[in-house]
Amino acid sequence: MKAKDALGRQGEDVAASYLADQGFTVLERNWRCEQGEIDLVGVDGRDTVFVEVKTRSSTAFGHPFEAITDAKLARLRRLAIAWCDAQRGPRPGVIRIDAVSVLIREGGVPFVEHLRGVFR
Amino acid sequence: MIGTTTAVALLGLTGQMVEVEADITPGLPSFTIIGLPDTALSNARERVRHATSNAGCPLPARRITVNLSPAALPKFGPVFDLAIAMALLAAARSISAESIGRVVHLGELGLDGRLRPTSGILPAVAAAARLGFTRFMVPTGNADEAALVPGITVIPVASVRDAAIFHGSSLQPQPVEPILLARESATETPVLELADVVGNRDATQALVVAAAGGHHLFMLGPPGAGKTMLAARLPGLLPDLGALESLEVSSLRSLSGEVVGSQLITRPPLESPHHTATAAALVGGGSRQIRPGAAARASHGVLFIDEAPEFNSSVLDALRQPIETGVISIHRANAVASFPATFQLVLAANPCPCGQYGARDSECTCTPHARRRYLGRISGPLMDRIDIQLRVQRITAAELRMADGAERLDTATARATVIEARARSASRLAKTPWRVNSQVPGSWLRTGPRRLHRATTASLDRALERGGLTMRGYDRVLRLAWTVADLDAVESPTAEHVGRALYLRKSLQS
Repeated sequence: MKAKDALGRQGEDVAASYLADQGFTVLERNWRCEQGEIDLVGVDGRDTVFVEVKTRSSTAFGHPFEAITDAKLARLRRLAIAWCDAQRGPRPGVIRIDAVSVLIREGGVPFVEHLRGVFR
Repeated sequence: MIGTTTAVALLGLTGQMVEVEADITPGLPSFTIIGLPDTALSNARERVRHATSNAGCPLPARRITVNLSPAALPKFGPVFDLAIAMALLAAARSISAESIGRVVHLGELGLDGRLRPTSGILPAVAAAARLGFTRFMVPTGNADEAALVPGITVIPVASVRDAAIFHGSSLQPQPVEPILLARESATETPVLELADVVGNRDATQALVVAAAGGHHLFMLGPPGAGKTMLAARLPGLLPDLGALESLEVSSLRSLSGEVVGSQLITRPPLESPHHTATAAALVGGGSRQIRPGAAARASHGVLFIDEAPEFNSSVLDALRQPIETGVISIHRANAVASFPATFQLVLAANPCPCGQYGARDSECTCTPHARRRYLGRISGPLMDRIDIQLRVQRITAAELRMADGAERLDTATARATVIEARARSASRLAKTPWRVNSQVPGSWLRTGPRRLHRATTASLDRALERGGLTMRGYDRVLRLAWTVADLDAVESPTAEHVGRALYLRKSLQS
């Protein structure tokens, strides 16, 4: 596994446990279809939440959130619809797209930021 | 948290206060500027982001929205950079929101965080001062210019960091080399010596009359008669500019992108546009930012139109409305800009395309038709607004020899007479809205308390009866007569003054 993939994996773990602490029920991690991958799907109250997790080891190349572009968000929205289509049973009522940034400095404690409802 | 401060949007020479609001909300990092910015202003996004980060006070990676209100007013240029940066830093709680609210911020940012001098600072500060604002933060390179406006406090800053520290940031000062203007500062119109004009006594006298009464002047004569030389000497005969006038003239220079140093312009300007000038170049224009034209820059001075028939006639006619109202209004779909246009117009023309018609020493080769068409390009309505119409002749060898020992009028003496004459007319017109004779309407001269005795105006009345003079022309001669009398320091024009005035108006038609 490449270093950046390991970092990403670690970041997603951190994000999942952070969200669980916030009261999320994590339904799915790294859900894939032919259009791509959703980092994390969870339920927060009445909302079904699709989460993009971005992890970095420093802000030398900008804040992790700065790497979440409009194109990426648009793809996440398409993936969210694909995920809903793939479910059996009642379709989720309200869907939401969140972003989580994880900053893991070498030897430091991971720093998590969470933005709710980033798609507009 | 919302940070709010003020800046100035210029529309012509009038400024409007713009409130710059910045809000930082949770959300993916973005930077939006709303409120009708042009491209240069939209680019403030990148300048502000880089300047603040290089100055050591980076913006948070959040959703940033900057609103420039009133939102419907179009805004131009990079002068809002500083206000945007300060409002954002206040929104990020890096500096005091209360402190930035009390200061008007003007200035363009460089990527390194230093402030660059921009054009138009003087009119912007003057406009805001008129609206009651007193504290201004400007780039160090514009500090002298801003300080020309009386009664305000100027806070010069070299960089965003210095600005943030002024507003209570905990950053440590880091001295930087301020960016100063590399260009030469605007210079006064040079005063040329009237005594350099050889012969042409009629013309120099007419020039003095024009200066004393503020009359527009038309000179007709062959090439080499000295028309350009005479016109260039008119600003020298005018008195120094008053406080408000010099602020206006300096503001117009600043708006045209010229550098205004630490001194206001005190001498009347001279503008002489080339005959290829377009209407926009003459009265001002531009599709987005409306810039002053030559006529506005000549305000409180002289607009010299050399080779007038060579100008496009629609361009010349664009001057008619400013001459009448003293104001240039430029209308655009979303705004109206107005500039002052209280210039004195001097037109010069050759009598025909070859230039020799009427000259004593050479022969004209033009057909009568070509001659008539040539001067016909200056429209009647424009000519009608010009008080003094003068024929200038080339000087002959005999005149040159005669002029050798003769006494010539020099600029200093002429200006002194002009100032005296202007004082006389100003005290006479003290209870009226007018200051110089050229502004007085004819009806006031004919029927007001200052109407002349019938015996005095006999020659004029005869000219009117014979049809040699229109009613409008009649009024113009009356005005000239008063100026001639003011120059002679007499209470009221005599028949002789009226005669001289008639000559100044009618010498073309003889």
